[in-house]
Amino acid sequence: MTEPLVRPKRKNPLKRTRLPLSPQGVRSRTAHGLTAAAAEGRFALQVCLDCNTVTYPPRDACPSCLSARLPFRDVDCGGTLIAETTVQTSTDPYFRERTPWRVGTVKLDAGPVIVAHLHGDAVEGERVRLQLKLDKSGSAIAMALPEKDTENMADDVHLREMTCDPKFRRILITDGRNTVGQAMAKAFSDAGASIIFVGIADAWKPFPGLGDLRKIEHVEIVPLDVTDTESVTEQAEQNGARIDIVVNTAEHIRAGGVVDRHGLTVAREEIDVRYLGLTRLAQAFGPILRFRGADGVNSAAAFVNLLSVHALMNWPAYGSYSATEAACLSAAQCMRAELRPGGVKVLNVFFGPLDTEWFQTVPPPKVTPAALANAVVRALQQGVEDAFVGDVAEDIRQRLAVNPKALEREMAT
Amino acid sequence: MTSGTIRKSYEGIVACLPVTIPYRRYSTNSAQWWLGRALHELTKRARLGLKDIDGFAVSSFTVGPDTAVGLTQHFGLSPRWLDHIPFGGASGIVALRRAARAVQAGDADMVACVAGDTNHVDSFRKMLSTFSRFAQDAVYPYGSGGANASFALITKNYMNTYGAKREDFAKICIAQRDNAISIPHAMMKKRLTLDEYMSARPIADPIHLFDCVMPCAGAEALVVCREDTAKSLNLPGVRILSTIERHNAFATDPMQVRGGWELDVGELWSMAGLMPKDVDFVQTYDDYPVISMMQFEDLGFCSKGEGPDFVRSHTLTNDGTFPHNTSGGQLSVGQAGAAGGFLGLVEAMRQLTSQPLGSKVPDANACLVSGFGIINYDRGLSSCAAILARLA
Repeated sequence: MTEPLVRPKRKNPLKRTRLPLSPQGVRSRTAHGLTAAAAEGRFALQVCLDCNTVTYPPRDACPSCLSARLPFRDVDCGGTLIAETTVQTSTDPYFRERTPWRVGTVKLDAGPVIVAHLHGDAVEGERVRLQLKLDKSGSAIAMALPEKDTENMADDVHLREMTCDPKFRRILITDGRNTVGQAMAKAFSDAGASIIFVGIADAWKPFPGLGDLRKIEHVEIVPLDVTDTESVTEQAEQNGARIDIVVNTAEHIRAGGVVDRHGLTVAREEIDVRYLGLTRLAQAFGPILRFRGADGVNSAAAFVNLLSVHALMNWPAYGSYSATEAACLSAAQCMRAELRPGGVKVLNVFFGPLDTEWFQTVPPPKVTPAALANAVVRALQQGVEDAFVGDVAEDIRQRLAVNPKALEREMAT
Repeated sequence: MTSGTIRKSYEGIVACLPVTIPYRRYSTNSAQWWLGRALHELTKRARLGLKDIDGFAVSSFTVGPDTAVGLTQHFGLSPRWLDHIPFGGASGIVALRRAARAVQAGDADMVACVAGDTNHVDSFRKMLSTFSRFAQDAVYPYGSGGANASFALITKNYMNTYGAKREDFAKICIAQRDNAISIPHAMMKKRLTLDEYMSARPIADPIHLFDCVMPCAGAEALVVCREDTAKSLNLPGVRILSTIERHNAFATDPMQVRGGWELDVGELWSMAGLMPKDVDFVQTYDDYPVISMMQFEDLGFCSKGEGPDFVRSHTLTNDGTFPHNTSGGQLSVGQAGAAGGFLGLVEAMRQLTSQPLGSKVPDANACLVSGFGIINYDRGLSSCAAILARLA
């Protein structure tokens, strides 16, 4: 059983903030196959297409038959922890300030032997399951968890280094006017966040759901308008140092393509709310998040982008909207590189059409705001970097992997 | 997969001129400097000119970006036989057996085998993080405990499987320390007590401070030539009775409980025409005491799993039963990178020519030297051994 986390005390403002360090993140190109799997929360190892040998560490020739056909495939993650050690002395500054640190050797049922980080409840000689996670460097590591869930297991200090669990963290939801923002506040409250700042622009303007929003435990409504640089800057100055996870819920969804839409007004609004809104948030909050990446139990952990899955492939019916989402995706990739030195993850959650009024004419399946919000919380708890929510998002992900050109043609109809 | 062919003996070939450049904890000099010192010492003592050295084998971790080729220009050598053997703890014996064959075949007459590394203040950490691709991808990101953590897992598994106790490893370390007392350049030459060993700082459980070697700078070297060449130069030499070498053996063992020696040990003894009881002392590769214990087993001194009992029943000291790592090994003298793979070999040559730096093993006529190296991922991949004897 894991000792439950203790709610962190209010920070002493005179105390120095511990600066973030990263473990060694350099990997061979092949080894980033693990990073790709970890980013989506899958357990994948190289499997030889010619002789079915499962192999690890990542390599460029099969050690059984020398085949070069070694794609990463999802494999069974069960195994036995055959030996463990506790590293007390590390040459690496990141681990040096985190020792004692347990690692162990796991013999996987699938074949290979993997040296892995150990969850506190993983016991030598017993069954474990391995997961691939992204460590603070953004590269994949394997972690051995007990075979069955244990009490408070998410609170394990080693595991929490690899995740962005909202428990005891402070959240900023950038737009609480829409149903997604409101669902998000509820989900984070349920997940044990200690404060949920919910941004509202033009507070004097009433909006549906305000009453319920106020009733959610730990919600604090704050003024924030992502289209107003001053408002974003002010909010960052006010609360930035106590915000650990930013969830950008600002949305702008209108039908219409690029050729067939008249004028630039809507496109400008889309870009202002989504792309420039993200840029404003990134500039105001990014540096503080990055600075606070190792700031104790409630260190800065993540910046969450909610992206239409059509950021990955344009949907001409919502073509201009898709293009703006694609711009946000590109910016998110840049933010990943910029926030990685702080160990802060940029989580992209790709969703299919939402069950909200702006997708009124779109047939099901659709994603409810609550489902999207729960998926965001789950993704943060798992520590993944990319999540796909809903059947449409999953469908597009799979079709993209097979034949992007076919998908491009098919999106037109 | 042992070959059925009878291997040719090393008759007429000797190893001579054991050279040690005294170790230092840290050095601001380069690996090239250390290798150069060793080569210089060789030529001075043999009164050889550079042109007399027509074969050159070099082992080093820190000599990069140079290779053996670049070093020929650096040192003004013009060899007709050249080898680069960055095999860590297996370097010495691998160099010896390759050089011996080259001389035997007439490809070279006088092969200088040199190993050395420097140790800058931060070079050890840098070497760990880039030691191998597998280490970079699959070991270093896991706590960055280096070899300590990897051998901690191997040691733990060995203890779980065969019932070895920390006290057994202590015995190996303490005996080696006793053997090191008279070695002038040993990094550690204060006697070690069981109490000090047991209460030492934990490094990576069950590895504690005195199970670890101290990284340092240093160099070792020797020469391989024909027996008549050595005689004409008045150099005392030792005979090479047999050698073995193996890499990546037992790849499907989930954890390392044995090295490749086990595959080749029969051939080692039969080629030498000796039995384990016939050698007067043994030099194992002692990066961690558990590896020495495995070598006792895999090289035929006892059966697998009997290592702990074997250790309990011997003193392991130069003046007692089963003298082992007679100059203190790396655990006391220090680990000067690839020179660690030469340490036991060079010391064995000294004992067999009655010129040890420290205390003498009485009646030393034959010995076994073994090497072990390159923990690429989760285990040491290279194993080798040689049986050497005093020239009649």
